[in-house]
Amino acid sequence: MDFQLNEEQQMLQDTVARLVRGEYSFEKRLTFSETEAGFSVDFWKQLSDLGLTAVPFSEELGGFDGGGVEIQSVMTELGRGLCLEPYLQSVVFGGGLINQAGNESQKEAWLSGIASGELQAAVALQEPQSFYDLNDVQTRAEKKDGGFVLNGHKAVVIGGHCADLIVVSARTSGDARDANGISLFVLKPDTAGIERRVYPTIDGSKGCDITLRNVHVDANALLGEEGGASEIIEYQAGRAIAALCAEAVGVMEVANELTLDYLKQRKQFGVPIGKFQVLQHRMVDMMSELEQARSMAILAASVADEEQSNERRRVLSAAKNVIGRSGQFISEQGIQSHGGIGMTWEYNFAHYAKRLIMINHQLGDDDFHLERYASLLKAS
Amino acid sequence: MNINYTPDELAFRDEVRAFLNQALPADLAAKVKGFRHLTKEDHQRWQQILCKQGWYATHWPEEYGGVKWTPVQKHIWDEESCDYGVPRSIPFGVNMVAPVIIKFGNEEQKKTYLPRILSGEDWWCQGYSEPGAGSDLASLKARAVRDGDHYIVNGQKAWTTLGQYANMIFCLVRTNTEVKAQEGISFLLIDMNTPGITVRPIITLDGEHEVNEVFFQDVKVPVENRVGEEDKGWTYAKFLLTYERTGLAGIGLSKAALSHLKHLASRCIKNGRPLIEDTAFSQRIAKVEIDLTAATISNLRIIAAVEGGGMPGAESSMLKVKGTEIRQAINDLARRAIGPYAIPFVEEELNLDYEGEFLSDENAAPLSAQYFNNRKLSIFGGSNEIQKNIVSKMILGL
Repeated sequence: MDFQLNEEQQMLQDTVARLVRGEYSFEKRLTFSETEAGFSVDFWKQLSDLGLTAVPFSEELGGFDGGGVEIQSVMTELGRGLCLEPYLQSVVFGGGLINQAGNESQKEAWLSGIASGELQAAVALQEPQSFYDLNDVQTRAEKKDGGFVLNGHKAVVIGGHCADLIVVSARTSGDARDANGISLFVLKPDTAGIERRVYPTIDGSKGCDITLRNVHVDANALLGEEGGASEIIEYQAGRAIAALCAEAVGVMEVANELTLDYLKQRKQFGVPIGKFQVLQHRMVDMMSELEQARSMAILAASVADEEQSNERRRVLSAAKNVIGRSGQFISEQGIQSHGGIGMTWEYNFAHYAKRLIMINHQLGDDDFHLERYASLLKAS
Repeated sequence: MNINYTPDELAFRDEVRAFLNQALPADLAAKVKGFRHLTKEDHQRWQQILCKQGWYATHWPEEYGGVKWTPVQKHIWDEESCDYGVPRSIPFGVNMVAPVIIKFGNEEQKKTYLPRILSGEDWWCQGYSEPGAGSDLASLKARAVRDGDHYIVNGQKAWTTLGQYANMIFCLVRTNTEVKAQEGISFLLIDMNTPGITVRPIITLDGEHEVNEVFFQDVKVPVENRVGEEDKGWTYAKFLLTYERTGLAGIGLSKAALSHLKHLASRCIKNGRPLIEDTAFSQRIAKVEIDLTAATISNLRIIAAVEGGGMPGAESSMLKVKGTEIRQAINDLARRAIGPYAIPFVEEELNLDYEGEFLSDENAAPLSAQYFNNRKLSIFGGSNEIQKNIVSKMILGL
């Protein structure tokens, strides 16, 4: 048994860490957040120049067939910098869907671009009524003139405001919430009938809701088998969950480091407040939560690219549940330990706190995954 | 034992309801109930209406324009106010500095300041905390040095709520550095328009401008603006803090937030059904509602004790901790109820005049911001840790 990264994985993580340290100061992040893209186009280019956007892809695409642990190494460091770039959406999730479901010509058309960073993908699977259930799809795709016509509404598409490709789920048959009958389509955002309502997110990024009104696409936009996307979506959402867990660990690491520093330097009643036992115990609890989260992120990474099974499903839901709870604990207790300063825009802690809470709202919160885990107990 | 309101108290509640039905402007109530921000003008408008009714200064003796309500009547007013969506009184003038002036100020100060608080001419803010003096308030450093008929004030105050609207600030300043920290503090009333005062916004994590830093550079304050004796300010400050602490439990506000949450959960959809029918979520709501029921009765027990002539003591510290935890739990659930829509920050929908299409639920926009903003509840007014210290010292003798 060995929990150490191998030499290549360590090099990968060090590379990202160096890049983030050099290019992603807190002050710079605030300015990246305010740009039209909502992230640094330049930093994205640096990620791709170093081959980091190709990590999970095959060698023909310039990648190195990275698995869960390689993605974990990258995401943890991006989490430490609170990086706003759509690595999760484009490289892990969007790229993963195309990689798993796409035919050769689709992969050729899109994957090499995603791997090189020239193309960015976003993933539009949620809907206003879907909550976190990705099978709750009411958007419809009807066959017409050898292609499809899409109608519906996709919700909270992070990065969808500036993506080159949007992977959309739509129902080609079946009723709302049926697993069968869901299909995936790759849309170009400038296609007629696509309307985007763009907004900032509370954690400093950008996203949009997408309305599809009689959007005509040709047959080549269909990704994978018609009506058979549910399992693919579930599998790739699992990879994305593992990646999000790794990001969360990076965010929590910095949140705890900042809090510990503060406890040591902030003086009240003539002593550093870290001398007060109530704050010592709280800091210990925050550290224990981080270690629980780290363990689950490691476990999630280890199954992310395994074949689908109930065991994989359970592990990923368990990980997301732990991350959701520990993230909220660290966020809230970290603010409390800081007092007023932890609530200000100008100090970085609050931004880590906000990201942690919002990670819980991506791909299912702790309640959702607790329920899913419990239902899998019955299945076993 | 009879834990119900007396007939007289019920009659008073009817009177309050009749007044609110008739006098509370619908647009203000809608803003409050939808957790939208109120402008200075909104607050002033409601204050005029209350003053006309004679119900603005509920903590003052009648001779100064107050209203003679029993503790139970004050509680009924609070409860109905929250239920109806009454704009929260900005407490710094009417409920904080005024009781200090009434108890410790001289006649001249009473004549000058109290009518201006009632009329809304003065907007007060609080100059207590400093960057280096939060929980340890007595370590404050803002310095006032006597120079003839004036004090010259230098220093910095922090977390000054709505200081951007204020024309007056009451400040704790150090007038004596030779004695124990608590013994060298004085209580000054300072005109914010005096040269040398700078107000700088502190933007909070939700992007809001609610609090400020106030800088004092060689600010000349007339000696007659000192309340009570020099170096005795700590006594007055503590007196004021007991007023601050009552009501910080926010039971009425939690009730309003809970009813808002239930309404929200009946509209949000999960698995094709209203979220409130979801077992796990409804149990989460049930738990917080049960906690709130217990806190409501605890609150009434304290009020009844005060009605019987007692003083609110460390029990209100316990209730502050519970009450703020409950309100934060409700805010947490409201944010959870909207699922992925907790992520977008759609600022234009915070404006009640917004006429466009809502991104999701019409009340979703403020929920995440409100959850983050209300992390302050367990920090301000004496952090919950400090409240627990008070309880362990005063009640438990530890």
